[in-house]
Amino acid sequence: MSGLLEAIFERLTGRLPIGWLQLAHNKMRLAAALAGVAFADILILIQLGFLGALIESTKFPYRQMNADILLSSSDMNTLADSNPLPRQRMYEALAVPGVSAATPLYYGRIDWKQADGTIRTLDTFGLDPTQLAFKTPGINAALDLLKLSDVALIDSRTRNVAKSVFTDIDAGKALSFEARGRTLSVAGTFVIGGGMTTDGYLIVSDQTFLKLFPQRVAGAPNHILLRLEPGADRDAVTAELRERIPQYDTVARSLETAMAKDTAFQTTQKPVGVIFGFGVVIGIMVGCIIVYQVLSTDVADHIREYATFKAIGYPQSFFLGIVFEEAFILAVFGFVPAVIITTGLYAIIAAATGLPLDMTVARAIGVLLGTIAMCALSGAVATRRLAKANPADLF
Amino acid sequence: MKAQSSAMIEAGAAIVLRNVNHWFGDGEARKQVLFDIDLAIARGKLTVLVGASGSGKTTLLTLMGCLRRVQDGSIALLGTELRGATEELLVSSRRRLGFIFQAHNLHDSLTAMQNVRMGLEVHGAEAMRDWRDAAAHVLTTLGLGDRLDYLPAKLSGGQKQRVAVARALIGNPDIVFADEPTAALDKDSAALVVGMLKRLGTERGTTTLMVTHDTRIIERADCIVALQDGRIVDGSAVG
Repeated sequence: MSGLLEAIFERLTGRLPIGWLQLAHNKMRLAAALAGVAFADILILIQLGFLGALIESTKFPYRQMNADILLSSSDMNTLADSNPLPRQRMYEALAVPGVSAATPLYYGRIDWKQADGTIRTLDTFGLDPTQLAFKTPGINAALDLLKLSDVALIDSRTRNVAKSVFTDIDAGKALSFEARGRTLSVAGTFVIGGGMTTDGYLIVSDQTFLKLFPQRVAGAPNHILLRLEPGADRDAVTAELRERIPQYDTVARSLETAMAKDTAFQTTQKPVGVIFGFGVVIGIMVGCIIVYQVLSTDVADHIREYATFKAIGYPQSFFLGIVFEEAFILAVFGFVPAVIITTGLYAIIAAATGLPLDMTVARAIGVLLGTIAMCALSGAVATRRLAKANPADLF
Repeated sequence: MKAQSSAMIEAGAAIVLRNVNHWFGDGEARKQVLFDIDLAIARGKLTVLVGASGSGKTTLLTLMGCLRRVQDGSIALLGTELRGATEELLVSSRRRLGFIFQAHNLHDSLTAMQNVRMGLEVHGAEAMRDWRDAAAHVLTTLGLGDRLDYLPAKLSGGQKQRVAVARALIGNPDIVFADEPTAALDKDSAALVVGMLKRLGTERGTTTLMVTHDTRIIERADCIVALQDGRIVDGSAVG
């Protein structure tokens, strides 16, 4: 195996692969170095996984919406924190050429108390059951049921709820639970999935919503979903909406723009997003320090040999090549176990939390390239020690 | 006689030094270690530098070996003036030289063959053709034919030193600089190495410049240069 790798690296470098031979010679140090790089990679991948889960879970409800443009309050940062806006804006929007349909969406949050006393937090949307506010099949198939008072549809991916609860619902066995002083009957399920701030979603009619949240009024939804006529220019319609609708209380954005703003806010303004981003930075720093320690120690241990090579006539680029060869090997060989371990950890965490944690190809490639860059940076710093390799000192 | 400075030998000299002075340190701590060195090292000969510790022989060796910059005077190495030479010129000049250090400085993760290969690889792809045969030949000549794939840790001190000699010689250098190369060798091995260097001088015109206190070598030297307190006190052809 070692001989095969030696042959491969010799072919890649076009010379004796001294970097690989040095690393392979001290197997304990190599194992420790690879463990260090793998640890840093796992740290980075886990943090990126959480960051990705935050982003994905933020996008979930947007992707289910049957809308081209979203009207929200002008101070909206996220789907959940948008203040109510006048329903009158919906009628004003309908007067804009290109807008074919509009429907209000109400947002609130309720607690679902479990038999064991624990609480599941459900982000709750109230919608007009005569309109297709969502594209979700489970929701649209049960709109007629929602017309009944205190009937709800529940997200079958709600965190920490037994699967049997949802299979029973789908089998026709109605579920009832108390929420905000009312008894809700769950008549069906749909699939969205929980996120960092919610365990799952609940859909009710606008009338049921107003009963659950009596302080809310029908004339002030949280969002208004607009659909456009086929062939309508979305950007032009959005611009026209901004012209016609007062911007002091309402903002018109394409669904994609609203989703992008929400995810940007979650990842850069909310503490949880900043913490995950900081975790990535810490992982990179840990990796850099570990690789620097390994490479600089390696250079120091071979300083007389390097000085000998200098005396023989090898240029500085030769020594840089050795150090970068070592950095590349540490990066790649440390990355492989890190990806395998992290994929397993993702599965465990996803099962425990319901968060959308997946090892994407883009993330894996990004971290591999980042690891190579991280190791190369550490190698570049470590090569400063090469200056001490003075062949005149050998005599 | 001051044979090395005569015009006749200088014409065929591998190295010519004129009024070479050298200092170490700066300011108040500046100390001169070489004084007005005039010397011509004959091509194809074994020249031995002798002198007490601190006499300047190592400094002189490193100056001629392009390992230090010439501060004052002139050193012409194989016709190339080293004073004011660029780093690139010094590096390329060193590729025409072979170095044997008192410590073997073998790479601990490379086999004997691979260590020797490093003396050849510096010369580029053309030189690497049949490197295995070349490395095996020189190691076998030095009595290490059964140790080709051994790591340094598995070799004795004398065997390591012979690998270092092989590394210095495999590139067919024009000049070999050696610092106490036989210190770690037994009598037979020392004789083998010196005999090889002398034979290279005869057959290929390889010049050897050696710092040594080993009387076994001094007796076989073609020229002896004696240094004392940074000055040449005797430069004589022998034999």
